[in-house]
Amino acid sequence: MPKPPTNAQIFMQGLWSDNPVLRQVLGICSTLAVTNLLINTLVMDAGLIFTVTMSSLTVSLLRKYTPMRIRMMAQTLIIASYVIIVDISIKAHLPDISEALGPYVGLIITNCIVMGRCEAFARNNPPWPSFLDGLAMSIGYSLVLLTIAVIREPLGFGTMFGFRVMPGGFTPWTVMIMAPGAFFTLGILVWILRAYFPQTAGEKKS
Amino acid sequence: MIKIDAGTLFFAAIFTNNILLTNFLGLCPFLAISREVRSSLGLGVAVVFVMTCTAVINYLVYYYLLLPLNLEHFRYIVFIVIIAAFVQLVEMTVERFFPALYYILGIFLPLITVNCAILGASLFLIIREYTLIQSLAYGAGSGIGWMVAIIAVGAIREKVQKSAKLPRGLEGPALTLIITGIMALAFMAFSGMIQIQ
Repeated sequence: MPKPPTNAQIFMQGLWSDNPVLRQVLGICSTLAVTNLLINTLVMDAGLIFTVTMSSLTVSLLRKYTPMRIRMMAQTLIIASYVIIVDISIKAHLPDISEALGPYVGLIITNCIVMGRCEAFARNNPPWPSFLDGLAMSIGYSLVLLTIAVIREPLGFGTMFGFRVMPGGFTPWTVMIMAPGAFFTLGILVWILRAYFPQTAGEKKS
Repeated sequence: MIKIDAGTLFFAAIFTNNILLTNFLGLCPFLAISREVRSSLGLGVAVVFVMTCTAVINYLVYYYLLLPLNLEHFRYIVFIVIIAAFVQLVEMTVERFFPALYYILGIFLPLITVNCAILGASLFLIIREYTLIQSLAYGAGSGIGWMVAIIAVGAIREKVQKSAKLPRGLEGPALTLIITGIMALAFMAFSGMIQIQ
């Protein structure tokens, strides 16, 4: 049994050394789909942070009462309940963005990160560290999403949060707002990270 | 909402609106499994089957159970439970009656529950207001499209890993993402044929 990590370590792991998108390459379905506009990305991030943090906390609180065999089902139901809350709030307060995000809010349920954190951390740890872990992981995830959006929106639309940032003669690269642009951007980010900051421990050979 | 016949929708879901390459769904198992053709094929077949069936089941449950009871906000929970239950059922059936098939597909079936493409297809067909026949076509088409993509990328990765010497950091997910990007570009060439939204 290794020594339990301190709160600061938990936080740094989520933000950098175990970053869910760049290091573990998990949960990237929704990463790529919403990152062509910064505003959509922000809303999605907020929803994800809420879901991951709250479901980590809940799973951790219930960890002594959840039978081992049905724990996946229980976790899924907990996650789905929080996602419904997120979905209804976005629909009520930001109807335009809800329209743009479409089914991707609902797909937070199957986002591997949420389930991954519940399964890997929250079900064996007390509530407070689980809460922090969920928070750190989801913030780390959000930062990567924002980075990708900051690259894609100016190149694809010539704007940032809807404001024009590129010079007048700039021709938008349509490919950046479509699917291939997303794959390339994330692929290159992961490549750069792995080439310059190779991880020593826990790096999976794949 | 949209008037296209089921056959067209079926091909559109495979080529022009490929659920993996244009909607980014099902990427996690895709990155993990696409290392070789054999396992890609196994997972692909399982996805086609589960996606087709759950699309139809979820359609029926949504329109005949949830809508009349005004419970449409619970669709996320209901859909995911149906998918999980269906996968469990398939797993037990296959294990009991087709043990040979179970050896090939067994390890992939549990993975499918958390494949967002399956849930995604069910959510898309509700949002786009497909009819039952359209849902069947869309579910089957999306599944086959997903399978085509994973097998193609699996074949490319198999070749690349055997023959090429890769720069540091590129091996693994980074390379797969870039290959997938190029594949998505290639599939965009189909988009002139049909457009569905």
